[in-house]
Amino acid sequence: MSSRLINWFKFSSPATFYPLAGKIARVSAVIAVLLLAIGLYMSFFVAPTDYKQGEGYRIIFIHVPAAWMSMFIYLVMAFWAGMGLVFNTRLSAMMAQALAPTGAIMTFIALWTGAFWGKPMWGAWWVWDARLTSELILFFLYIGFIALQGAISDARRADRAGAILLLVGVVNIPIIYYSVKWWNTLHQGASVSLKSGSSMSAIMLETMLIMTFAFWAYSIAVALYRVRSIILEREKDARWVSELPEIRS
Amino acid sequence: MKARHKRLGFLIVGLVVLGLAATLVLKALDSNLSYFFSPTEVAEHKAPENHVFRLGGLVQPGSLERGKELTVRFVVTDNAHEVKVAYTGILPDLFKEGQGVIAQGRMGPDGVFIADEVLAKHDENYMPPEVAEALEKGHQKGVADMAKGGKSL
Repeated sequence: MSSRLINWFKFSSPATFYPLAGKIARVSAVIAVLLLAIGLYMSFFVAPTDYKQGEGYRIIFIHVPAAWMSMFIYLVMAFWAGMGLVFNTRLSAMMAQALAPTGAIMTFIALWTGAFWGKPMWGAWWVWDARLTSELILFFLYIGFIALQGAISDARRADRAGAILLLVGVVNIPIIYYSVKWWNTLHQGASVSLKSGSSMSAIMLETMLIMTFAFWAYSIAVALYRVRSIILEREKDARWVSELPEIRS
Repeated sequence: MKARHKRLGFLIVGLVVLGLAATLVLKALDSNLSYFFSPTEVAEHKAPENHVFRLGGLVQPGSLERGKELTVRFVVTDNAHEVKVAYTGILPDLFKEGQGVIAQGRMGPDGVFIADEVLAKHDENYMPPEVAEALEKGHQKGVADMAKGGKSL
């Protein structure tokens, strides 16, 4: 054990993670602003018009990164939930709790922008096909997790209940991802996949990837700022909190 | 065996059981989760005959007829079977011959599908118009070459 370069368990303690989270959050926030500026400029002015959809397709530069984040954040939350149950670390549950609002917002953005795109392109704001319905269920899972955690006043019990909900809900993620493959859906198949590459023109793909990294940086930044608040709230009686310079002053 | 290993074991077993249960449920629901039936499924009488369902496929090029008022007639194909469709109403922007479409309605007695809603289905291709044009030209050249008996790619 002593030969390891980094002792990961050191950072599972809120006291050591608190300052680290602050540093990472600040850097991520700067990266998010920069990438968003570049990505939005490319979305509106650099990426060419689509041959069939005209200008309306530009909504994918928000829609796809948000949808990816909505699924990925859920997986990360489920990972922390599992960690919390197995190792009984306090910080794991706090991480899951901190990520939940961001995940819910990403899901909401994906559903909302999808509706805006669907009306002119498909002719319908909403249809009950497998992809749209499973993404809506994901939104309810986020809302349900937030509500469940909020409803139980004992933090440890709230964490356990939330963790179990998160782990049960994780079956929904492959369903969302593969829904367009497994069943006939109105939603189109994946334009970008690890196996078959991309069926978008290069500049459109690059713009979408920059936007994706911007969403990543944004999510990391807000989740870490939020986890800092949660740490302070939950550990308010701990000695190290009362010794923090920002608390003492 | 440490307590944490035990908990990890429980967790993994739980997730596997959950995954299996989900797979079985989805298998049982399989056809009900599909949003539409293809013309082949209609031809094989897999689609419901006496109530509303959705029909999906490509609009056959050259089949679109505009009748009186807003009524349009077209043929939906999956390159194996075809279904005639009649629809009265406004078509979405992406509706075009050769493009994917999903129509909701029921089969009429004469074998024409009477749609009361038509949605356009978009594919996963995104490209600027110049690229689409070049691709189309390349495709036409390929077709012409094949017709001449030349070597196809």
